[in-house]
Amino acid sequence: MSADAPPTTDQPVAHQGGLFPTAEPSSDRTHPVLSARGLVKTFGRVVGLDGVDLDLYPGEVLAVIGDNGAGKSTLIKCLTGALVPDSGEIRLDGQVVHFKRPQDARDAGIETVYQQLAVIPALDIASNLYLAREERRPGPLGSVLRMLDKKGMKERAGQAVQGLGIQTIQNMGQAVETLSGGQRQAVAVSRAAAFGGKVVILDEPTAALGVKEGNQVLEMIRQLRDRGLGIILISHNMPHVWDVADRIHIQRLGGSAGVITPSSHSMTDGVAVMTGAMRLDDGTPGPVR
Amino acid sequence: MTTTQSAAAEFARRQQSPLQRVQHLLHGYPWLSPLLILVIAFLAFTAMNSRFATPSSLGLLLQQTAVVAALAIGQTLIILTAGIDLSVGAITILSMMVMATLAKDGGMNGVVALLIGLLLAVGAGLLNGLLVTRLSLPPFIVTLGTLSIFTAIALLYSGGSSIQADHLPSLLNFLGEGFGPRGGFRLTWGVIVVGVMYAVVGFALSQTAWGRHVYAVGDDRESARLSGVATQRVLLTVYTVAGLIYGLAAWVLIGRSGAATPNAIVDANLNSITAVVIGGTSLFGGRGRLIGTLIGALIVQSLQFGLSLAGIDQQYRVLATGVLVIVAVSVDQWIRKVKA
Repeated sequence: MSADAPPTTDQPVAHQGGLFPTAEPSSDRTHPVLSARGLVKTFGRVVGLDGVDLDLYPGEVLAVIGDNGAGKSTLIKCLTGALVPDSGEIRLDGQVVHFKRPQDARDAGIETVYQQLAVIPALDIASNLYLAREERRPGPLGSVLRMLDKKGMKERAGQAVQGLGIQTIQNMGQAVETLSGGQRQAVAVSRAAAFGGKVVILDEPTAALGVKEGNQVLEMIRQLRDRGLGIILISHNMPHVWDVADRIHIQRLGGSAGVITPSSHSMTDGVAVMTGAMRLDDGTPGPVR
Repeated sequence: MTTTQSAAAEFARRQQSPLQRVQHLLHGYPWLSPLLILVIAFLAFTAMNSRFATPSSLGLLLQQTAVVAALAIGQTLIILTAGIDLSVGAITILSMMVMATLAKDGGMNGVVALLIGLLLAVGAGLLNGLLVTRLSLPPFIVTLGTLSIFTAIALLYSGGSSIQADHLPSLLNFLGEGFGPRGGFRLTWGVIVVGVMYAVVGFALSQTAWGRHVYAVGDDRESARLSGVATQRVLLTVYTVAGLIYGLAAWVLIGRSGAATPNAIVDANLNSITAVVIGGTSLFGGRGRLIGTLIGALIVQSLQFGLSLAGIDQQYRVLATGVLVIVAVSVDQWIRKVKA
């Protein structure tokens, strides 16, 4: 662990060019956009992560499944800067990164949709999409008076939401508290999609949703993947995982129990590996495509 | 697509009872109900006493409102972050007594005394902010403590005695001066300064990223943090800016009362909170507009002024203010239950 390494990569901040940076995601799908090697995280005498490896390729959905306490959350928190691993290495586009706080990961192009959604009910949709990334008006109004470009942000927020095919949200000036659970989720996913330069991590995005709304979120996930982003999906919902994932990383007892694909293994097998009833002894499948 | 949307919206609108529509309107514009109360109060007091709606009375009303209105700006900022400031009066008096004592006993230049007084108020606000953010103490407890601390320091420092305006440099008295009376109406610099404070803070709240972050932190602190808002820094700036505002209010107060008195504005805490709450800002944070606070301060002062013009006993005025607070908070609770 070289503690004196720079905290983030030298990559430009993804949202500099506004929404939907036309990243060059399709450039190279044979090298992982995000990879972790030997991640260890302990909490006192409790071992949260016990040397976990993970590879995420551009344009794929990697699901992370595991029983409660298997280390899913700890793994994700290490990848998003919410926790700092004790040892191990995280690389983004091949560059070693050291995230010390969530903002570091975000600046490097990793967006997270949290289970608790992290939207502000009293603010409108556009304000939520741009929260902590507000854009100012051009000229002295913006630079001296620090005035927000409300109109511009509203327009671009509308494009972002429309770009994901969300029809039910029309008015970007609507307060988030007036939205349904699925619509709020759509706002949270839109935000991650709009600013996620390389990787979007979704933590149980369908847990609180109805069947129809859950399917809409899955559809959004597919769209993000097709844009070339790397997606990590944490979910307990096996049908959703088998529906949308390209590969499935199984966490068990703080370690990685292996990586399967929806076509190589059945849902029953997956759950068996997850609970320890079955062991994977073959190698892990490679990247999709 | 759009036609079905608007048809659905039309349907949703028709489903509402008139009361629900009022609820929705108030939810969107929380300062509407205080404005209505202010208008009613004005009409009622005008009907009760012909001296109420005269230029000289209105000028006096503005001067009387200025100090509480200024303090209520700081209080609004803090309440928007779901906090509360019980030390507003204490900081104001401490700042005022230090300004006046330095200028009189210390023989200090008015500018220097004013700047030190303002800096002290900023420091006091910063202390509140540090205690709230670094020690994660509830704002109620922090400011309850600093209320006593600052009050005691102000009394110890000033020796508990007042300093009359004629012992003070003209700069400290300046905000009591002004224009007029023109047709009986007198506009003081203090009123103008408070008006400018409202414009500046109102702009910052509604037009800048900082303002949005204030609302976000007050509405849902954890979500704001996860969204990347520097919540601790926002809170710290809010308490510090509030301190500066109290310092400026101390300057206005010297001009208004023509003296620096350690037992002035004893009811500042309550009145500033009352103005904020009546103005439609939620005590639970994240909701409200600064313009509502201005209206709230005007309501509180009109009530005092109008009832005293009508010859009604002081205690009934206090009673009326109390009733108004409870009504305002009840309306706020009702508005928050608005259905999507």
